[in-house]
Amino acid sequence: MQSDNPSPSASCGPSDIGGFGGMTRRTMIAGAFGTAAAMMAGRANTAEGDSTAIWDGHVHLAGVEGTMEQRADRLLEHADRLGIQRLVVFLGALGGHDPKPEEVRQRNDEVLKAIARSPDRILGFVYLSPKYPKESLEEFDRCVRDGPMVGVKLWVAMRCHEPALDPIVRRAAELGAPILQHTFFRRGGNLPGESDPSHLAALAARHPGASFICAHTGADWELGIRAIRASANIYAETGGFDPCAGLVEMAIRELGPDRVIFGSDAGGRSFASQLAKVVSADLPEPARRLVLGENLRRILRPILRRKGIKT
Amino acid sequence: MIVDVNANMERWPFRRTPCDELPRLVDRMRRHGVGQAWVGNLDGIFHRDVGGVNIRLSEACRGQRDPALIPFGTVNPKLPDWREDLRRCHEQFHMPGIRIHPNFHGYKLDDPMFAELLDASQQRGLIVQLVIRMDDVRLQHPLIDVPEVDVSPLTKLIRERPELRFVVLNGADKIRSKAMGELASTTGVYFDIATQEIVGGVASFASAITPQRVLFGSHVPLFPLEASVLKMRESGLGEDTRALIESKNALRILGY
Repeated sequence: MQSDNPSPSASCGPSDIGGFGGMTRRTMIAGAFGTAAAMMAGRANTAEGDSTAIWDGHVHLAGVEGTMEQRADRLLEHADRLGIQRLVVFLGALGGHDPKPEEVRQRNDEVLKAIARSPDRILGFVYLSPKYPKESLEEFDRCVRDGPMVGVKLWVAMRCHEPALDPIVRRAAELGAPILQHTFFRRGGNLPGESDPSHLAALAARHPGASFICAHTGADWELGIRAIRASANIYAETGGFDPCAGLVEMAIRELGPDRVIFGSDAGGRSFASQLAKVVSADLPEPARRLVLGENLRRILRPILRRKGIKT
Repeated sequence: MIVDVNANMERWPFRRTPCDELPRLVDRMRRHGVGQAWVGNLDGIFHRDVGGVNIRLSEACRGQRDPALIPFGTVNPKLPDWREDLRRCHEQFHMPGIRIHPNFHGYKLDDPMFAELLDASQQRGLIVQLVIRMDDVRLQHPLIDVPEVDVSPLTKLIRERPELRFVVLNGADKIRSKAMGELASTTGVYFDIATQEIVGGVASFASAITPQRVLFGSHVPLFPLEASVLKMRESGLGEDTRALIESKNALRILGY
């Protein structure tokens, strides 16, 4: 399914810095976007503790072609042009709405290949289907407890307020792995297993010790932000729908700057269009830095440190 | 210099956006090197007094030099005496073109009125901008139910009018559909990039339909201008291709 993508399947190197209305391209971007722009101008800083590094919390190995390793390279090539340092990848090359355990495992193997290709740039969340609780816990252990992945991705197999999710959430919380749940408020009604942010709020209320990321903020974000407003353990994620002006401003006004996370939903979406939601927003620079990376790093820092992965 | 062929003034009725007042929009354009913008008036989508809409558009653009704002008036062929609106756009306001919204104005492209509108526009030498969608139809406000424009009849209509200059706005993401693909191969048809997605999408789009047919468009103020600015950057285009998309194609359509 590409419900969160527009299609059904669904460098700024020195040569790019030319004269541009009396400004260089680099100064133009920097002037417009402040600190974030320095990252966008091509400096992918890998230093530990860098508060300005841009991390993208929602990426798939789709929208680009080739082997999984080649797809990872191509995604990073485009990310580099915008100064995006790290990508959180999950769901591999996507696939069916209601996968059997074998397909889930295949999707996760695809992500493992991408992580192995660029372990300093790519983080992975394990994809699970709550319809198969036993296999889900085994897959969590394979990919997170015993593997390099650092979070959980849940899509549209089952609405997330169902009790069947509880064992997965408990296991994730034990290891400090956040849970990213696809959400949508779809005109005319959601798909049978598709959650909206209200379902996620119900799940989060049962698990106050777990961290949840509300992917797409419901896409109809003016509703989604309200639906998760009272849930302190849910973070709004910005990607996967049109680059609507005003989204980030509203999210920060209603949720606070600590609860908003940049994600793109690339490669079905453009890194650029989705990043623009944040870099264009009327925000203080410290708040922008939180959205572009600091919040995600704060959520992931315990599990990354435990695995020896630099933040 | 960038020419943004897909800018709007006034407010979207269901939401305020950070740049929906003209001084802020102009300032944002200036900061990003937009030297010229083709501007429509969002009121034209919803108001029936299109004459008033176009007067306000013309007055807002008059005298604006940095960036230059080029007005594209609204014409709704379902309104009585729409030809007078077209005449005013051309003769009174000296607009180079019009912007049409068949879906919001309630007609299909096989409506004979639409063919008449194309004929009249071609005779006057006016550019026609057709907007495929204003928002994601899956997420529309409950008070409206407006589908994307079905362009199936369009290729034939445009091929019958070889002098017409025709710009499709907010349709680049539909290029894989059969009808849009046919349209993209038709002489005289151009597309903006505002709704082009996927990673590196501008480069792949330009490769698919040739860079000479691609125009920089932003869909401001509903989308941030930065989305299209950064999409150009993300695609890693060569200097010549970038120049075509950012300004040369648009200026050529205008006759410069």
